Amino acid sequence: MSSNDYNWQLKGISRVLKELLFWAAGIWLFIYCWNILSARTMWPFVYDGAEQASKLLFRMFPPNWPYFFELLRPIWDTITIATIGTLAAVIFSLFVAYLAAENTTPHPTLRYFALLIIVTSRSVSSLIWAIILVIILGPGVLAGIIAISFRSIGFVSKLLYESIEEIDKNQVEAVAATGASKFSTLIYSVVPQVFPTFIGTSIYRWDINIRESTVVGLVGARGIGLQLNEAILGLKWPDAIIIFMMILSLVLFSEFFSARIRKIII
Amino acid sequence: MTKNNEDYTWQRPRLIKSKNLRYLIFSLLTAYLILTFISLRIDPQRILLGLSRSQSYFADFLRPDFFSRGSSIIDGILESLTMTYIATVFGVIISIPFAFGAAENISPKPIYYISRAVIVISRSFQEVVIAIFFVVIIGFGPMAGVLTLTFSSIGFIAKLLAEEIEDINWSQVEAIKATGASWPKLMNYAIIPQVLPRFIGLVVYRLDINFRASAVIGVVGAGGIGTTLNAAFDRYEFDSASAILIVMIAIVMLGELFSSFIRKKVNE
Repeated sequence: MSSNDYNWQLKGISRVLKELLFWAAGIWLFIYCWNILSARTMWPFVYDGAEQASKLLFRMFPPNWPYFFELLRPIWDTITIATIGTLAAVIFSLFVAYLAAENTTPHPTLRYFALLIIVTSRSVSSLIWAIILVIILGPGVLAGIIAISFRSIGFVSKLLYESIEEIDKNQVEAVAATGASKFSTLIYSVVPQVFPTFIGTSIYRWDINIRESTVVGLVGARGIGLQLNEAILGLKWPDAIIIFMMILSLVLFSEFFSARIRKIII
Repeated sequence: MTKNNEDYTWQRPRLIKSKNLRYLIFSLLTAYLILTFISLRIDPQRILLGLSRSQSYFADFLRPDFFSRGSSIIDGILESLTMTYIATVFGVIISIPFAFGAAENISPKPIYYISRAVIVISRSFQEVVIAIFFVVIIGFGPMAGVLTLTFSSIGFIAKLLAEEIEDINWSQVEAIKATGASWPKLMNYAIIPQVLPRFIGLVVYRLDINFRASAVIGVVGAGGIGTTLNAAFDRYEFDSASAILIVMIAIVMLGELFSSFIRKKVNE
């Protein structure tokens, strides 16, 4: 074989075949799923969608600017739900993460219990927690706060316990060798090592929670979601666009703010 | 006079060095917390009422009923899964061009700004808000949910993939460029191989997120298991609701196992 006949290939032939098979399965699954969905869709409404959307946009103008002042209170509530919810979750997460980390947990059974809390919290979204809590606590900010914090515990604990598991053992041994108590060892050897992750995670979660807390109002937990629901059900589109703009600027602000703080700390 | 060694005590280094700034930040935080607690307006009577009433709800929650609404639970889960898959496929296909557009190192400025704007808008609104919008436009049903999940997948995948493209090893690109490769070849041989493992990880992760979200957007009428769950809550069938939540948690856990398996395979 002369060297001119030799062509370099990115992938071997068996790999190409495997990938083709994978793609075929994916496409088959797509068609199968699409047929199910298609049977359950009112296609005339979908064809009409673009026209409806543009009509909606026109109905939003001119925006109802004075409505902005009525929104200050709901926005305050939304921020409160996110902030206090995050704070409560963070405090609770300290214990859960301590129990869940392999190197600090007092007992393996407790570890599985903590992991169960983490999985449950991550699987159920804050809106569903909010539905349940509104039934129990009645409509109000408190239900929103608890819903947000239940949802956040899993996220914060998971990232925190993973960082506890990655700490440098030598520092723990060094502090323990000075004869420090178990608690002092924790404070002076483990905490300083995970502190940046801890602050970073908390602030990141706060940023996510600002977004989440804009919707818990939909099911009665106050905040701007309540106004959004009213505006849309009442077809008050000039109000709705103000709400959309408020949410957008709130989220942009929180993103900017959290990025700044994380940069300072880490 | 020299300081006696015995007088010297060690202090933990502080995060914020300046004392005044530290006190200022702490007092501002305290003031904010006090203000929010004043604005909470907690009604203890309502809570007591709710707690006493909720005992029967809790009892129902502890006795999950998988069977009396069994067929609608299966139907809802199936609808959620199909929505999740279709929306992730659409989301991935649409987000790839935006990801390349939003990567500062390979994209011209105007395209960069347009792509970033799309990402920001997609990420700013919670899925439920977008779902309300699509339900108003095309009516109740799973297709509104598919559009919602597609739309919110775009921002997520495009943003993280763009960051990955910005971090690639540029010398590999130069090396391929030096062979006189065309633009598509450059993509195929220098950029895509570097970001592919991370990309697959993102897609699997997004599948997981989309399934969880599909349970929520049903509350506003966008199809999936959320519709079934909402109906159960509306009829006060907490035993069925609890069964639905348990099924969801189980599926999410399976999804987590599946995604860690895939990611391990890709990283090998």
